[in-house]
Amino acid sequence: MIRRLFIANRGEIALRVIRTAKAMGMVTVLGASEADARSLPALSADEVVIIGPAPSSHSYLNIAAVVSAAKAARADAIHPGYGFLSENAAFAAAIAEAGMVFVGPALDSLHAMGDKLMARTVGIAAGLPVVPGGETADKAAARAQAERTGYPLLLKAVSGGGGRGMKRVDAPDQLDAQIDMAMAEAQAAFGDPRVYVERYIARGRHVEVQVLGDGHTAIHLGTRDCSIQRRFQKLVEEAPAPLIPADARATIEHAAVRLAQHLRYKGAGTVEFLVDAETFEFYFLEMNARIQVEHPVTEAITGVDLIEQQLLIASGARLSLRQTDVDPRGHAIEVRINAEDWRADFRPSPGQVMRAAWPAGPGVRIDSHIASGGEVPPYYDSLIGKLIVTAATRAEAVTLLANALDRLTIEGVDTTRDLHRAIAADARFVAGGVDTRFFEGLDFRGPVA
Amino acid sequence: MSAPDLPLTPEDVAEIAAILDGTAYERLDVTTARFRLRVARDGHGYTQEWTFADDSAPGVIAPEAAAEAETGPVIRAPLPGTFYRAPAPGAPPFVEAGAQVTPETVVGIIETMKLMNPVYAGIAGTIDAIVVDNATMVAKNAVLMRLSGPGA
Repeated sequence: MIRRLFIANRGEIALRVIRTAKAMGMVTVLGASEADARSLPALSADEVVIIGPAPSSHSYLNIAAVVSAAKAARADAIHPGYGFLSENAAFAAAIAEAGMVFVGPALDSLHAMGDKLMARTVGIAAGLPVVPGGETADKAAARAQAERTGYPLLLKAVSGGGGRGMKRVDAPDQLDAQIDMAMAEAQAAFGDPRVYVERYIARGRHVEVQVLGDGHTAIHLGTRDCSIQRRFQKLVEEAPAPLIPADARATIEHAAVRLAQHLRYKGAGTVEFLVDAETFEFYFLEMNARIQVEHPVTEAITGVDLIEQQLLIASGARLSLRQTDVDPRGHAIEVRINAEDWRADFRPSPGQVMRAAWPAGPGVRIDSHIASGGEVPPYYDSLIGKLIVTAATRAEAVTLLANALDRLTIEGVDTTRDLHRAIAADARFVAGGVDTRFFEGLDFRGPVA
Repeated sequence: MSAPDLPLTPEDVAEIAAILDGTAYERLDVTTARFRLRVARDGHGYTQEWTFADDSAPGVIAPEAAAEAETGPVIRAPLPGTFYRAPAPGAPPFVEAGAQVTPETVVGIIETMKLMNPVYAGIAGTIDAIVVDNATMVAKNAVLMRLSGPGA
């Protein structure tokens, strides 16, 4: 039983966890950095503890600071959100050692999936197909592996996620410079500079499957499509993945459940696949052993509160849902509103939001920690809110999305709103089933105002 | 720190929108000591706008550097963040004083929102002085380096 829940995160996901935890009758304690002391999550939590100065390395990534703050706050459990320490095995171990519950999978699952290379190995062991590629201990090894894998290729951070430390390399002469950049980003974001090489599959769709497990059984909650990305970071996500034949979809969902069962997985997780846009052949990429940014689209079509499921499983409960209870209905689309100048190569745009008017009404959900007057600090990622629309059909959802974006006004920082308006108006997006190259063919002029 | 009148859930907001839907009213304002919520009709739907009392407190963001009076050519920070002179800890710096640069030369990195953003010289010339230390937080438009022009 969790009575006092410590939230070791910030931004919209901290607020999201606080809402469900309060509805379940828990006392919420937010561990916030000095920069977030007056944030909306801090105003919403029952209690707030300052865990350190603004830079993540001194606060949200500081295991000792977070665990001791949670212990001092007499928390029973810690919810890590996404990013930061959410998939950090040392963090989970320190929480267990301090006598608290980590709201996430068991240590061995974190070990198996926290490192992308290990994940490949485990995926193969579970019988899942993987993309050709391999490890690179240093630059020389990277060159050798790149020769074997061929160009174009991807450099990925071994401990990565969210597109950080991921670079596409088209030719050998770019390799050295890109490795330096990838390793620096990997070090800054994850404290682990290691990268590996993977073949770049051009006509690929990014399809993922939401799974839930209780350590005994596992089920899936259907697919999400996150093919629209830039710098390998997701911008638009939808559920279910559109225009995939029913048998191919079932095969992918089944593979995800097989991996979760192989791991005796406990908690909410996402199994990511690269799916060939034409043949629907699929490759296992990685498993995210945490809640995802895009979880609301799955909640929208299944009616399942994934945070509630996480907290129930962490409390020791068996899954109350059976596979046959999950009956996805309708279509949901989420767009990420980031504080970025997308016309200037997505340059981050931190600052004070003078005015934030978010859409509202039937079929519209907003997950955001930014209100009028809110601060977007330069220390953290650029997500300021998520707009989620749900309708009976995909076509209706696309219309609802376009209308909702027209009503969204953020003043004071640049945002990705107009980029999303251009996407919502793009004929390929309206048709559905785009691949990860969508962005290269996008008409940035967008809808005429 | 707890705010007993928070939060109004997304369901509450949806309900307010639904109430407005059956009326001739254009908007509904809810104001408490801690927040103001305006739900307003707008075209095909509604908007929600929140303001929280505490948000008017001074921010923690490094302000934009006042455009310093610089007589010579300089390289400024294109965005706020942490300035690094080298691509990785222990690696040699991108440039030292005395280096010749072109507009495309990368002279440093600024880490903002977890991203490494290259800083381009933007102009051609010779680096005279690097005025910001490695790993320092800089404001947008802060002067990072001074140059002398190509003909100087």
